[in-house]
Amino acid sequence: MTTAERTASPDALAVPAARAPGCPFDPAPGVSRAAHEEPVTRATLWDGSACWLVTRHQDVRQVLGDQRFSADAHLPGFPFLTAGGREILTGGTTFIRQDDPEHARLRRMLTADFMVRKVEAMRPEVQRLADELIDRMTDGRTSADLVTDFALPLPSLVICLLLGVPYEDHGYFQERSRILLSLRSAAEDVRTAQLELVDYLTRLAESKQDRPDDGIVSRLVARGELSFAEIATMGRLLLVAGHETTANMTALSTLALLRNPDQLARLRAQPSLVQGAVEELLRYLTIVHNGVPRVATEDIVVGGRTIRAGEGVLCTINTANRDEDVFPGGDALDVTRDARRHVAFGFGVHQCLGQPLARVELQIAVETLIRRLPGLRLDIPFEDVAYRSDMAIYGVHSLPIAW
Amino acid sequence: MRIHADQEKCCGAGSCVMAAPDVFDQREEDGIVVVLDAEPPAALHDAVREAAAICPAAAISLSD
Ligand code: HEM
Ligand code: SF4
Repeated sequence: MTTAERTASPDALAVPAARAPGCPFDPAPGVSRAAHEEPVTRATLWDGSACWLVTRHQDVRQVLGDQRFSADAHLPGFPFLTAGGREILTGGTTFIRQDDPEHARLRRMLTADFMVRKVEAMRPEVQRLADELIDRMTDGRTSADLVTDFALPLPSLVICLLLGVPYEDHGYFQERSRILLSLRSAAEDVRTAQLELVDYLTRLAESKQDRPDDGIVSRLVARGELSFAEIATMGRLLLVAGHETTANMTALSTLALLRNPDQLARLRAQPSLVQGAVEELLRYLTIVHNGVPRVATEDIVVGGRTIRAGEGVLCTINTANRDEDVFPGGDALDVTRDARRHVAFGFGVHQCLGQPLARVELQIAVETLIRRLPGLRLDIPFEDVAYRSDMAIYGVHSLPIAW
Repeated sequence: MRIHADQEKCCGAGSCVMAAPDVFDQREEDGIVVVLDAEPPAALHDAVREAAAICPAAAISLSD
């Protein structure tokens, strides 16, 4: 195919599209409109190239469940959101951007660590960490930034423990994660941040040779099947995915509950709802807000349109999670809804490896926050909250709260 | 109802264990699905159908 054919028509929707002012929890109006009017539609990316948006629940499950839609970012036509995004995906590839059988081989080295039973056994430890953070946050104070004092440190501490990364270094890797995930970062800065993180993790992996421990990095080293560079790239994925996602879900969930006081009241009155409430928050907020990328390796019909081999696809899981056929009244937050069919963790063989961990962390974070802070409230006007529209993972940059 | 789980297809994210913990578990060594009860009692059928529906890898099939 020639480049000209891949260039979008001038009236195609440009992505990432902006959200409507005053509607920080809803998908961008342009993308929602497409989901209603033309569920498989053409869009334009930052560099003027075209890709498909697949917006409905059933179609998203079809695409992500079919490995003829490749996750390999090296293939021509793979859709990138920014030039920096291309750096992340192409530099130091690991299994999130590989296809089976290589993807399965690497992923299966980790599945035991994230399986439901193992992660459930971590509850007491996660609860202890959550309580300690709240003790420290409330000690002699009546207000704080929820992001820096609770939402970010909790999953950071947990993923450090699991990986065997010293938490003292969190300033170093959090700053570099921020650069990697910012849609505004220049490509060079993304490349540097990425190299620094991989360097840091390579040195860490090497150090485990002489001083082994029970963490994932050390066990991957002991296994002897991967190079230090491969372990470092995998470690980088786990480190970044393991704390930014849960951190943003925690803060944005808190804001969404404060904004929906009836829902917050229900949850307070009946804490056993927390498990279902977390699924509903995952659905309603869908923080992976710019779509899950794939590229077709054959001509495949999706929602009545033919996607040609070599064409890129973004599965907009945020609109899929508002699909009226699956989630009637889905534009409203309802903590009693059965939201388990949401695709906030993706679908298919790449579906989030860390989802059992994310669930335990989020259930504990939400339950602990509302139990320990009965007077919880937002400490700035709602209109002044700064959203992460400029980041690959949505959320809030900070969340001033009082109690 | 009879359950068949394809351990080759399974990607070990544990959604089935969440939906029907009495019926599904994961192997200790690699987190891949194991069926605890291949012919579960009727009371569990809804939970099992939900597990099959949310399995991301289409690894769970049901027959009568
Ligand atoms: C609320 C929290 C989270 C959300 C919404 C989330 C979302 C996602 C999504 C949508 C994908 C699919 C990407 C794709 O198909 O291309 C994914 C994959 C992944 N996530 Fe998460 N995630 C979360 C938490 C975590 C945590 C805590 C970890 C822990 C380490 C983690 C590790 C991973 C990994 C390793 C993959 C790649 C899996 C593969 O390609 O086989 N995530 N996540
Ligand atoms: S839900 Fe499917 S992929 Fe996940 S553990 Fe169960 S069988 Fe495996």
